[in-house]
Amino acid sequence: MDTALQAALPTDVQQLLDEHSNRALLRLAVVGSVDDGKSTLIGRLLYECDGLFEDQISAVRRASAKRAAARTEVPPEVLAQGLKAAAGAGDEEELDFSLFTDGLRAEREQGITIDVAYRYLSTARRKIIIADTPGHLQYTRNMATGASTADAGVILVDARLGVLPQTRRHAYIASLLGIPYLAVVVNKMDLVGYDRATFERIGTELADFAITLGFEGVRLFPVSASRGDNITRASTRTPWFDGGTLLSWLESLPHQRRLDGAPFRFPVQYVLRPHQDYRGLAGQVASGTVRVGDEVQVLPSGRRTRVEAIDTFDGPREEASATASITLRLADEVDASRGDVLAHVNQPPLALQHLDAMLVWFGEQPLDATRRYLVKQATRTAPAHIERVLWRKELEDLSEVPAESLSLNDIGRVRLVCRRPLLCDPYQENRRTGAFIVIDALTHDTVGAGMVLGPAETTSRGAQSLVSRDERWKHLGQSGAVVLLPATPDSEHRAFALERALFDRGLHVATVNGDVEVAQALARAGLLVLVHAHAPQVRRTLREETRDTGTGWWELEESESVERWTERLASTRGNKS
Amino acid sequence: MTDTIHARSTHLQELEAESIHILRETVAEFANPVMLYSIGKDSQVLLHLARKAFHPAPLPFPLLHVDTTWKFRDMYTFRDNFVARHGLRLIVHQNRKALAEGINPFDHGSQKYTHAMKTQALLEALALHGFDAAFGGARRDEEKSRAKERVFSFRDKHGQWDPRRQRPELWNLYNGRVDAGESMRVFPLSNWTELDVWHYVLRERIPVVPLYFAAERPVIDRNGSLLMVDDERMRLRPGERPTLRKVRFRTLGCYPLSGAIESSATTVESVIHEMVHARQSERQGRLIDHDEEGSMELKKREGYF
Repeated sequence: MDTALQAALPTDVQQLLDEHSNRALLRLAVVGSVDDGKSTLIGRLLYECDGLFEDQISAVRRASAKRAAARTEVPPEVLAQGLKAAAGAGDEEELDFSLFTDGLRAEREQGITIDVAYRYLSTARRKIIIADTPGHLQYTRNMATGASTADAGVILVDARLGVLPQTRRHAYIASLLGIPYLAVVVNKMDLVGYDRATFERIGTELADFAITLGFEGVRLFPVSASRGDNITRASTRTPWFDGGTLLSWLESLPHQRRLDGAPFRFPVQYVLRPHQDYRGLAGQVASGTVRVGDEVQVLPSGRRTRVEAIDTFDGPREEASATASITLRLADEVDASRGDVLAHVNQPPLALQHLDAMLVWFGEQPLDATRRYLVKQATRTAPAHIERVLWRKELEDLSEVPAESLSLNDIGRVRLVCRRPLLCDPYQENRRTGAFIVIDALTHDTVGAGMVLGPAETTSRGAQSLVSRDERWKHLGQSGAVVLLPATPDSEHRAFALERALFDRGLHVATVNGDVEVAQALARAGLLVLVHAHAPQVRRTLREETRDTGTGWWELEESESVERWTERLASTRGNKS
Repeated sequence: MTDTIHARSTHLQELEAESIHILRETVAEFANPVMLYSIGKDSQVLLHLARKAFHPAPLPFPLLHVDTTWKFRDMYTFRDNFVARHGLRLIVHQNRKALAEGINPFDHGSQKYTHAMKTQALLEALALHGFDAAFGGARRDEEKSRAKERVFSFRDKHGQWDPRRQRPELWNLYNGRVDAGESMRVFPLSNWTELDVWHYVLRERIPVVPLYFAAERPVIDRNGSLLMVDDERMRLRPGERPTLRKVRFRTLGCYPLSGAIESSATTVESVIHEMVHARQSERQGRLIDHDEEGSMELKKREGYF
């Protein structure tokens, strides 16, 4: 049943296979305003790189014909093009390339692009994933989505209109999201007679602006997407331009953002424990490189150990770099679970509970400082609230203006308070560990995208208790701790029985039903807190938060009796962490 | 294959690492995930990636085959052998009610048939077992409405997809929060193309159903589609007579609805070679996509995977 493999292959097939397997991946975001010709550019790129199939092309012809017949509310120029295409002319210039990319019914009905779509392009040297981001409706949200993973960006400018505020906004968002390379495509050159002066005027203005935003490289191309100038073929209609084609630029870019050089970060994603003798930490290397034998620390606990093995399905490895998905085994039995981060001992990430960040707001409801949100960063999800908005970016002129809140598509600087520390880096230094999303705790919608700037620039870390842990120990004769009972049907009864027994032995003890915050507060006050909870999520949160705050932690074994538990807890008086 | 690891990773390595990340993320965040298994090449690749993601542990979820009872016989044989050899947990679900009513692709048309035997059956199975996440092997390059699909695709209490209410998806941070009754479809192969899948099948020596390779098969030519007569249930129209032709399939579904192509490609290498020079898209042989413009999108809205 298994596929038989031939021993020897014709050389051309072997060459084809080698070429394809060795191509590096480039992620590209294409942005532009309405009617800048973005869909046409992408359609043209796919067409000229043979990324389209004949039945797709004939489907576009059919769709154009149908449109014309139905006389729907299609913009006249699109309709005219569709009619020409439907007439069956084999001439590529008569094809409406935008129809290759606008795929949803509503988009075709309205002649607009609603949502980010992804296209795939293979050239002789590259495999390119194109994020096709609609420019007009909710542009910020869509652009941010497409730009978040991009290694390069293409911005379209209409040659007749020049640099618009919209163009500046696109460039700003691209730089904010950390896209290193930017191409400015001055489109519709055919409509300005391929005028060199027009191109250079637009180019200079935009280049001056882009430099202030800090791109690593900005390039300009005079293009007609509908006629195919300078996209994959150098145009004879712009003899004054010697900057190559858009495609050759895409093929020449350095392969993705270099994450290998950054410090090693390994957010633990999942713990593999098939049997007693194997405990592997599964995850994707977010940045840097790890080798067998490296001394690492587990954060936030700070426990140190060594990497004993790097495991994969295909066998053990000596080293692994970003962005490999691997499994690490550690030399010691240190506690590490989902949400923790492994780093080299001399290069730890930041651990921030109070932080400043840039935030792009997606929510239909404006940001609400009193509302509970969840922040997901790397593999960690923590309850959080946004303490305040420091300013909002005015996208008309890119100035910073005071703001109380952020509304849909706003971008601003905020101060965030998380209930558990985020193990992160500034976004500028590490695009993987510096990024987070904001989830509305109630609706579960993704309402924001954040980029870590650094620790909050104030010293107010909330009021600190004036009573120290030592004082409480002296006063109560015990340390506070959280004690989690096994999730059995009678856990509540056992909790109360244990509480009674411990109280009788002179301990200060309380029972809590699954409320993480109450349990934490009582434990900090020096009490032994017996928690019974069944929901796996509650149990996990309790465990994680207790560990993060350094409070004592016990997890009782189901196999033991209440009497045995009582003995053990009474003898240590909660003195365990 | 450890010898092929270089400092700089190629696109297949990157796609593999990304897919494994998505698989692990789903298992970490959901209580009761399942993998939809259709026996096709994409399913085989997805399954292979899942074994990599959780190695050396067994797969932490079962497979679900939504069985229309009209798959090719070769597919059933392949499925049973493969599952047995790797000790996988497989759930087979059929829409019993529709079967009892005799719903079939000939009398009821591809739309009604697909809705009953695939969409309805899938929703039934998900509800029956209380799955809150379902992996699928769909790729964005397959079809235009798929190009807009998220990796984590939210479905409401009725299993429905609303393209206007998709959650924005940034970086590799997936929002897996759902309430009781809601669920997520997860597509780890989103960024793979048909060519990537075949290259990976070759590189990893992943077994696939023999129907993907050319052989002499009894087919009829119906309106330009080459349909294979796989068993006696095939309804021949007056004048139709099966002839033996050397064909293979680029995509496998129910045999009365899957068009074959003439081909001489009998190995993975020659399939790749042929594909690079092909001028027809993969889904061109899928009759159900062509019911009307935007057909796939409508099916997805109703809960089709």
